[in-house]
Amino acid sequence: MKKLESTLKNMMLSLTCITMVAAAALAGVNMLTEATINAQKEAQKQAAISAVLPEHARIADAELTGEQTIYRAYDADGQFVGAAVQTVTNGFGGKIKMMVGFDAANQIVNYAILEQQETPGLGTHIVEWFKNTDKPGQNIIGRKATGKMTVSKDGGDVDAITAATISSRAFLNAVNAAYAALNGGDAMTGASKQQHFELPEAEPEAEPEQDEVISSEAEQQVTADFVSQD
Amino acid sequence: MNTQTKTLLNGILKENPTFALVLGMCPTLATTTSAVNGMSMGLATMFVLICSNVVISLLKNLIPDKVRIPAFIVVIATFVTIVEMLMKAYTPAIYDVLGLFIPLIVVNCIVLGRAEAFAAKNSVGLSALDGLGMGLGFTLSLTVIGIIRELLGTGTCFGLNIYPDNYGMLLFVLAPGAFIVLGLLMGLFQKYVKK
Repeated sequence: MKKLESTLKNMMLSLTCITMVAAAALAGVNMLTEATINAQKEAQKQAAISAVLPEHARIADAELTGEQTIYRAYDADGQFVGAAVQTVTNGFGGKIKMMVGFDAANQIVNYAILEQQETPGLGTHIVEWFKNTDKPGQNIIGRKATGKMTVSKDGGDVDAITAATISSRAFLNAVNAAYAALNGGDAMTGASKQQHFELPEAEPEAEPEQDEVISSEAEQQVTADFVSQD
Repeated sequence: MNTQTKTLLNGILKENPTFALVLGMCPTLATTTSAVNGMSMGLATMFVLICSNVVISLLKNLIPDKVRIPAFIVVIATFVTIVEMLMKAYTPAIYDVLGLFIPLIVVNCIVLGRAEAFAAKNSVGLSALDGLGMGLGFTLSLTVIGIIRELLGTGTCFGLNIYPDNYGMLLFVLAPGAFIVLGLLMGLFQKYVKK
């Protein structure tokens, strides 16, 4: 077959047909995979919820509070035993999405990272670093949440991951935000964030517009502290 | 050697996309933090290469010369999006790691390069073989880089512990390690394989 000439009509026809077939193919694949993709996400979330909750008989429907989603759990008698809070924060390499579990006395039961893009070998240690029960300095499991946890570098009592202070700060911010959401507090007043952002005028290099959203605050913090990650 | 074998081996050795043509460096450097990541990226690219080569070879006479680039891009982007959706559905763990780099296969020079340089001029069968060869070459290169970086950086190989990760040289998992390993491998390849 001879190659089509580059006339306006041929060009339009050819491109139109190709884009139409492409759109149809994509719509088809999307229909086939959409259900599976959603099921995967749901399964991952459910697994995380049951991993971070204390023993429970029933989980209440999700409660949305800003960026946090709360799943309250009850035992067979209807007593509140704890809650799993899904929370999101900006880490060193992108969003960190995680599930934090608290018991009725606000002790941290467990946590699970749902999504993260931290530096492999450094920031990725957040997945297991803060649940190492052999090292009380870095372990947060069983601690009573206060909503003001910070890394030792910022005056707190949690040891940050070696060479990944920003990821560690982001992680604790997420835990604090989860605690605040669960206890009806203001999720914007994490201790480490206050420390860095309550006085924007005192820090000339800080962004002039202080956004109220937690994620952008964390982002600014990352920018401001970028140099200190070593 | 017949044409088929020659086409297939061309992408693996003589015109290896990574070490000989030096195309597609962005995903090469960014995704080879571990052997599995490198290999997955290579395989995803191989799938796109084979499919786009076949389709473009089939359509080569129906696409007027002046609009060939947009037409090729549409075909390539379609397959990339399909790979993305399939990976999201069936290999979510790998998708989470590679994330952004999957959609970026669209702008990988190898894919458009092979469409333009090979598929637009050759038969469907040969184009498929060329896609397979180039894809294998890319996958092998990325896997080798990934194995070296993972082993030196974290002490594992395909996730298997070889030595305690406290002794790993983190440099190799980070960006500088990618350049160092790539440069050394490229030198070795030029000296011993390509000649």
